[in-house]
Amino acid sequence: MSLKQLTVFVENKQGALVKITETLAKNDINIRALSIADTEEFGILRLIVTDNEKAFNALTSEGYLIKITDVVGVKIGDQPGKLSKALSVLDENHINMEYLYAFMSRTEKHAYVVLRVADNLHAEQALEQAGFHMITDADVNKL
Amino acid sequence: MEQRYYQKEIETMPVEELKKLQSEKLVKQVKHVYENVPYYRDLMDKKGVKPEDINGIEDLHKLPFLTKSDLRDAYPYGLLAKPLKDCVRIQSTSGTTGRRVVAFYTQKDIELWEDCCARAIVAAGGTNEDVCQVAYGYGLFTGGPGLNGGSHKVGCLTLPMSSGNTERQIQFMMDLNATILCCTPSYAAYIGESLKEQGYKPEDIPLKAGIFGAEPWTNEMRKGIEEALGIKAYDIYGLTETSGPGVAFECSEQTGMHINEDHFLAEIIDPDTCEVLPEGSKGELVFTALDKEAFPLLRYRTRDICVLSRKECSCGRTLIKMAKPMGRSDDMMIIRGVNVFPSQIETVLLNEGYQPNYQIVVDRKNNNDTFDVYVEMNADQFTDTVSGVTTLEKSLANAMKTMLGINPSVHLVAPKSIARSEGKAVRVVDKRKLHD
Repeated sequence: MSLKQLTVFVENKQGALVKITETLAKNDINIRALSIADTEEFGILRLIVTDNEKAFNALTSEGYLIKITDVVGVKIGDQPGKLSKALSVLDENHINMEYLYAFMSRTEKHAYVVLRVADNLHAEQALEQAGFHMITDADVNKL
Repeated sequence: MEQRYYQKEIETMPVEELKKLQSEKLVKQVKHVYENVPYYRDLMDKKGVKPEDINGIEDLHKLPFLTKSDLRDAYPYGLLAKPLKDCVRIQSTSGTTGRRVVAFYTQKDIELWEDCCARAIVAAGGTNEDVCQVAYGYGLFTGGPGLNGGSHKVGCLTLPMSSGNTERQIQFMMDLNATILCCTPSYAAYIGESLKEQGYKPEDIPLKAGIFGAEPWTNEMRKGIEEALGIKAYDIYGLTETSGPGVAFECSEQTGMHINEDHFLAEIIDPDTCEVLPEGSKGELVFTALDKEAFPLLRYRTRDICVLSRKECSCGRTLIKMAKPMGRSDDMMIIRGVNVFPSQIETVLLNEGYQPNYQIVVDRKNNNDTFDVYVEMNADQFTDTVSGVTTLEKSLANAMKTMLGINPSVHLVAPKSIARSEGKAVRVVDKRKLHD
């Protein structure tokens, strides 16, 4: 059911992101969501894109260090308290979370959260039991 | 200033007499080595030299050289010239290109080494009324044990502090009125800074002299230390292979270090052709141990580039002087007093599953060496979390610390991001200004 995320190692240098986004644009790849974790020296760019394989190949051939990571995509209603509810489900199930980021869809009035947790399957089951819907790579193109 | 000597007869011996003494010792030493060290006997046989061909120091050039790689090949006992039952100590280098150098000492070897250190302490003004604080590391490193022994011989009250724990160093220094400090120059500078931070002025500090060595330092750094501590700072030189500190030492004239040439016969050679160069030429320093029993290296190439001078010295010593080393004929760096070869970093990277794409950047900030290693990351090591990357950096730094004995800052960087000149990566960037 999983959602794939592209993880790119980015040096903390001027213009580093321009090159990556240009490469994706040239290859006609749409970015649905992104987040960056940065330190003084490097950043880790996380992307949800419309065509993982194409993006992976395009960036790899440009020499980028890139990895495909399985993450959990959760559909969350656009109302106060929904994110908090989803996170408390993880907490109650003692599922450790590394990071998360959110995005909105253009078609439906929905927010989506990308979760990176210790145990994807466990998280998905727990969230589904609590009434949440997961999204997959196939859904990303339709959003 | 009245000149005092620890062993006046040797230290002020007329040069001709000294050369005669060296010749007698060399003839005996070559015989001892030939008879007891098969490794060196093979080298001599290959060169077609027999002990009877060596009749004095004028024949020294006939003998084969020894290098660090011989020490590695012969590790651990291959160059030992005495039965182990006659040996009482080993000392070792902090790390090497793969294998440590282990040097053996008989009791007589220890005595002569400590005599050399005692000469250095007396030349720096030390007497039995002094309190000598030894803040070199103790243990396998030769710095602490060498100066400790020398200090005993002079009769100083010896404070065997070892290195580190600066707060305690300062407390002992001030409470027990230490008058002589022995440590690396960068640590002396650091102690100076710390004293200043605690509000001490140079005139409050009981020290009068310092004996600093084991790493390169400039005259500018000397001035800084002298002003900060209110002392006169003396240079000292040595290496584990020949015994340790005290192979050469500075006198009050501060224009080079007198080599204890009754024990260590010095030559300068061209590092490329191995030809012996005349006095005053710049070249690689080579030592022959004349008295050592257990680990007597003949014509050992130090890789230090320097100049020898027999110009008359105002201190009255006739021992030849060596200038501060001006560089190396190999790629060894001395970082925080520890010998580091780029090949050691390479070994760690390969062991840990990295490609050997790296750059070492050494700098000196506030008189302390900084040591950064940049390493290109592999796809299979890369993780999607910051903590994943910093964990990799830490474990790589630990592996390097185990190999080198000092802790680098490791920085993982993107593939192909390390500067290359003409396609070849620049492995070492040394920003320190170590030579005047």
